[in-house]
This record gives sequence, C-alpha cells and structure tokens, in this order.
Amino acid sequence: MIQVNQLSKKYNGTTVLNINNLEIPKGQSFGLVGNNGAGKTTFFSLLLDLIQPSTGFIKSNDIQVNTSENWKSFTGSFLDENFLIGYLTPEEYFYFIGDLRNQNKADIDALLAKHEEFFNGEILKNKKYLRDLSKGNQKKVGIIATLIGNPEVVILDEPFANLDPTTVSRLKKIIKELADDPNVTVLVSSHDLQHTVEVCSRIVALNKGEIVKDIQTSKETLQELELFFAV
Amino acid sequence: MIKKFIYLEWKAFIRSASFGKNLTMKIILGFLMIYFSLIFIGMGVGAFYVLKEMNLEPLVTLNKFLIYYFLGDLVIRLLLQPIPVLNIKPLLVLPLKKTTIVHFSLGKTILSFFNWIHALFFIPFTVVLILNGYDVVQIIFWHLGVMSIIYINNFLNIILSNIDKLFALFIVLIVVLGGAQYYQLFDITLFTTPFFLSFYEIDGLFLVPILVLIVLHYFTFKYFLKNLYLDAGLSVKQDVASTENLSWLNQFGTLGTFLKNDIKLIKRNKRSKTTIFMSFMFLFYGLLFYSGGIESYDKPVMHLLGGIFVSGGFLFVFGQFVPSWDSSYYQLMMTQNIPYRGYIMAKWWLIVIATVVSTILASFYLYFGWQIYLTIVVAAIYNIGVNSHLVLLGGAFTKTPIDLSNASGAFGDKKAFNVSAMLLTLPKILLPLLLYGIGLYFNNKNLGLLLVAGTGVLGFIFRDKVFSLIEKRYKIEKYSTISAYKQKS
Repeated sequence: MIQVNQLSKKYNGTTVLNINNLEIPKGQSFGLVGNNGAGKTTFFSLLLDLIQPSTGFIKSNDIQVNTSENWKSFTGSFLDENFLIGYLTPEEYFYFIGDLRNQNKADIDALLAKHEEFFNGEILKNKKYLRDLSKGNQKKVGIIATLIGNPEVVILDEPFANLDPTTVSRLKKIIKELADDPNVTVLVSSHDLQHTVEVCSRIVALNKGEIVKDIQTSKETLQELELFFAV
Repeated sequence: MIKKFIYLEWKAFIRSASFGKNLTMKIILGFLMIYFSLIFIGMGVGAFYVLKEMNLEPLVTLNKFLIYYFLGDLVIRLLLQPIPVLNIKPLLVLPLKKTTIVHFSLGKTILSFFNWIHALFFIPFTVVLILNGYDVVQIIFWHLGVMSIIYINNFLNIILSNIDKLFALFIVLIVVLGGAQYYQLFDITLFTTPFFLSFYEIDGLFLVPILVLIVLHYFTFKYFLKNLYLDAGLSVKQDVASTENLSWLNQFGTLGTFLKNDIKLIKRNKRSKTTIFMSFMFLFYGLLFYSGGIESYDKPVMHLLGGIFVSGGFLFVFGQFVPSWDSSYYQLMMTQNIPYRGYIMAKWWLIVIATVVSTILASFYLYFGWQIYLTIVVAAIYNIGVNSHLVLLGGAFTKTPIDLSNASGAFGDKKAFNVSAMLLTLPKILLPLLLYGIGLYFNNKNLGLLLVAGTGVLGFIFRDKVFSLIEKRYKIEKYSTISAYKQKS
C-alpha cells in the first residue's frame, strides 16, 4: 500500500530522516516507535505531503503523494491539534469533515453513535467549542474524525498521549478493529512501546532518522524493544 | 526585581511575532510610528494657529471637543488596547510577591502607546499656549488635569474590558451626543466645556481628576490582585457553543461547506468579528470624499477612490488575510480531500457577497446625487472583477498565522506589510484611478466610469483563467505556508 523510496529530509544540512526502502502492505497495522526527534512526525508529515522530501518519494496506493493529490480521498489522518478547527463544536467539525469526504449527515451520526462509548459523554452536545475542550478530549475528536468516510489509510501520530487510562484501552480496541480489517492500513506512532506492541502487527523503530529495527510483533517483541531503548 | 521584569519585557518586545524578523517590516513599522507621532505633534503645534485663524479661542474650542476626544479614546482602547494579563501566568508560582506582579503589570500599561501618543499632542499644544502668553502655571494645571483623564481612561479600559461589546455603547453615546448637538437638540459641551476649562481657570481644580486617577489606580490594583487566579481573572473565557446548521447552504455543494465554515469563522472569533466592524466603518469613509468637507478629496478621481473603499471594506480587511484565517488548521485543510479551487472559490464568493451587500448599504450616498452612487457601483464592479482576484492572489504570499482569539492587531497587522502583498495593493487602487483618469483626460467622466467598469467585467468573465493562476500560486507556496503557520505567535 505504501512504498518509501530513497526518502530523506534535511534541514540546513542536518539529516532528520533517511529511509532507503520501506514497504507497508495493504491491511497491515504499522507501528512507528522512537525517541523524541527520531523522525516519526517528519515521516508522517512527508506521507501527508505537508513537507517536501529532500530526496526520494513516497507512494501511497501507487500515487506519489507529492505530485498528485488523489491520495487525499482515501487517507484519514490526525497529527496534532492543528488538525482541529477551534471555533466549531465537535458535531459541526465532524459534519464539516463529512461534507468534504462526501458523507451525509446520517453516515456521520451512525459513526458517532458507534463511538459514543469512546467519547465518554464529554464530547457531544456539550455546548463547547473545540478550542475550549481539554487536550485529551480534543484528541478524541481528532481520532474519530480520521475514521470518517471509511479511509483505507489511517495515520495517527501519538494517539495514546494525553488520554486517560480508560480511553487508552478503548482506543486500542478501535485500532485493533481497524487492524483486523484487511482493507485498512493503519499507521501509528508512539513513545509507548507497550501500547504499540499491543495494537500493531509490525513495529519499526527509528533512531535519528534511520530505521534501526523492523520486526513482526511476537511475544518477545516488547522485551526486545525495551532492551533496545534501555540505555 | 523590577530589573528582571524589564529584561523579560524587553525580550518579549524584540521577539514578539508582530516585531518579526523581517527588516523591511521593521522599517515600515518604524516609519508608521514616526508618521503618526509627527501627525500628533503637528496637530499639537498647529491646532492653536489654525483655530486662531478661524477666529476661535483655541483653548476654549479644544475644551469643547475634549468630551468627544475622551469618549473616542475610550472606544479605541476598548477595541484595541490589550490588557496586561497574558504574561503573568508563568510568574505566579515563582517566589515573587503578588503585589509586585500587579504593580508591574499596571505600571506597564502606563507606558503604553495608547497613552503616550496623546502626550505628543497635548505637550506641544501646551507649549504653544505658553509661548502665546497664557499663564504658565495655570496652563500646566490644565495639562495635568487633561493628562490624568487620559490615564483614567487607561484604567477604565482595564476594568471594563471584561464586559463584552461595551465599546458599541460608547460609540452609540458619541453618535447620539454628536447628533443631538448637530441638530441643536441638546449640547453636552455646554456642560463639559466649563468643566475642562475650569482646570485652567480655577486653581487647584485639576486635583479632582488626579484624585480620581489615584482612587481608580488603587481600585484597579485591588481588583487585579483579587483576580490573580487561574480560574478568575486569568481564566480564558469560554463561550457557550451554539450549533448552527445553515443547511440552506447545502445546495451549493463543497462551496456551501466552505461558506458555512467561513460564516462560523467570522461569527465566533474576536479577531474576525472586528473585521466586520471595520468593514462597516469603511462604509462611512466615503463621507470624507463626497460631503465636500475636505477640499483636496472633492475631485472626481478621489470620488472613485472613495467608491473603492466604500464598497471594498470587507475585501480589504478580510480578503487581504486569506488564507491566514485558516492558519490554525491549515494542515487539516491540506490533508482533506479538497480541491484548492473550491477553497479559493468559497472565499471569493464571500468577498463578492460582502461587496454587493456593502454597495447596497451604501445607497444612502444617493443623497449626494446619483453620479456619486454610480461611481460607487462602478468601483464595486471593479472590486468584484479585479480586486477580489488580486486580494486572493496576494493571500498566497501572506504567511503570518492569525491568532483568531486575539482582537488586537486588526489594524495594520504586520501581514499588511508583507512586501509582495503590498505590491499587489497598488494595482488595487492605482489601476482603476488611472483608467478613470484616462476618461477624464478626454473630458468624459462617463467614459472613465465605463473603462473602470469594463475592466471589472472583463476580470469577471475571465475568472476561470484567473482562478487557475491563483490555484497554481497557492500550490507552489503550499509548503512554505504550512511551515510558516506552524510557527505560532
């Protein structure tokens, strides 16, 4: 589904990301782990054509993301709160994204009803604008919004950060569900090794912009990763 | 301790987003500052002689208008002068006395631009009065009295700024008082002039405003101290959200989606609401041109200029900053399945609708004759056909994020000084004037109007071509725009 070819990103001569070759097959749940500054967000930003690669390219579903915009119709993503429109209520935000993804109100309502538990009664019908929600609640909105329109590629940057323990376990359930769908490719980045191992079938570890580990998840994976990141 | 504070302030000043790294902007900002200062100084010096020339007693006449001056000042402060709470939070948990923090924050406002700009007027005025033989001591008393009222306004602004839309009340007050005076129903200055004049005439009366000022300072201090908590004065006000469907816009497809969003954007954010207010004020800008009040403005070419401003207020104050209005979620926009064209088109329609509405509202200019209103309509056609495109094209180069919640900055925010955007301002104004000038050269006003309107219609006809061009520009600028918007002010 996603092919990375000779991809690198340099800022003022410093290489922050350098991936020679990476393939993510359709339906895989792909976890990206690494320390701060390892290049996780840079990789996702490149994948979403938010920044330009210094060399190489990424193809999503055979569409080169920095030359064509057709990947947008099948990609849902949430990187940070810059993806939220602060002056809308959560409902309005969902309908807005829905409109852009050719979903009608009923589709959205069905999706929201499905994830009512995830919202924990703190999001909908609360008479609050997104800008006034707590960081965690904002994140909930952003994550569910990526699911609008049944995207084939779902990209979540640090989805577990800022969430309370209950929501984390609910989120894991949602991601696992996506991962089980053979048509959906999920990409998740995180600092939290345990969560990532739990929901992803493949883990790639980045360090200073380079891929240092690429493993299919097994029982030993967590230990292996912990050992790797332990100083 | 104060030294540390001043150090922080200095850093905040030179590193503030509005100061920027751009040298051009600094220079232009500097020029503007000097320009306004000179205007105020010039008025301070000149007012005396001009009034004398008009056979009016300068001091009495000035005192007559002071009431409006102060009310106007208060309105401008309520709209624009920021209250000094923003930088306090990180200081709260540090080993500092709360009183020190408050003293410093209040002290800071004393040096605000909104205060010293008045001194630039009143000090030269006072000096000229002294030079012209007014009693030195008494005139200084008067000066002190007036300046303390300026500072009373300063503290009033701090206390009152929590009340929404108060400025509107004061505007209404000014309009009502001014109207009543103009139509000789009720003249407030009959009461206020002797009051202000008494600072000069009666020794010691100037102590009254000074006393009020001291009391007000004390009160503000207490008020501030009491509210120095995260959930009190330092809390960010949360609005009660209202959900709006605006479903009648659904029939326009993607365009409707964006229009819906833009309407909410304008309605729910302080900064954009100010824009609406300002474009409303632009409607009355034409009075300067058409009423014949100012001789150099009362020329055909200037009439067209007036028309462009009257019908294009929204275009200039809102359109100028597209796409920065969406800066806080620009990354979202760029990852959604959105054709750029639809996005730009929606903004264009918004501008067009606003221009049409402005033109209809401006029909009161018919009072000055149909020729004047025709000029405005022609200017509106030009605005829709040409300027709306130029403003959007300029938007591709404006890369300063807009903090939507912040009301100040709507006046000549640094974005206005973006060099490439500024170059695009010139054809917005000069080209139609030139076209009109050609018509006038042939001694035919209507030919001039026809040329201007024709250009507008042409722009409208070729808008598809132009949109493709704009779209291309936006795509080229995409990455640098995203990265610029990420650097939050």
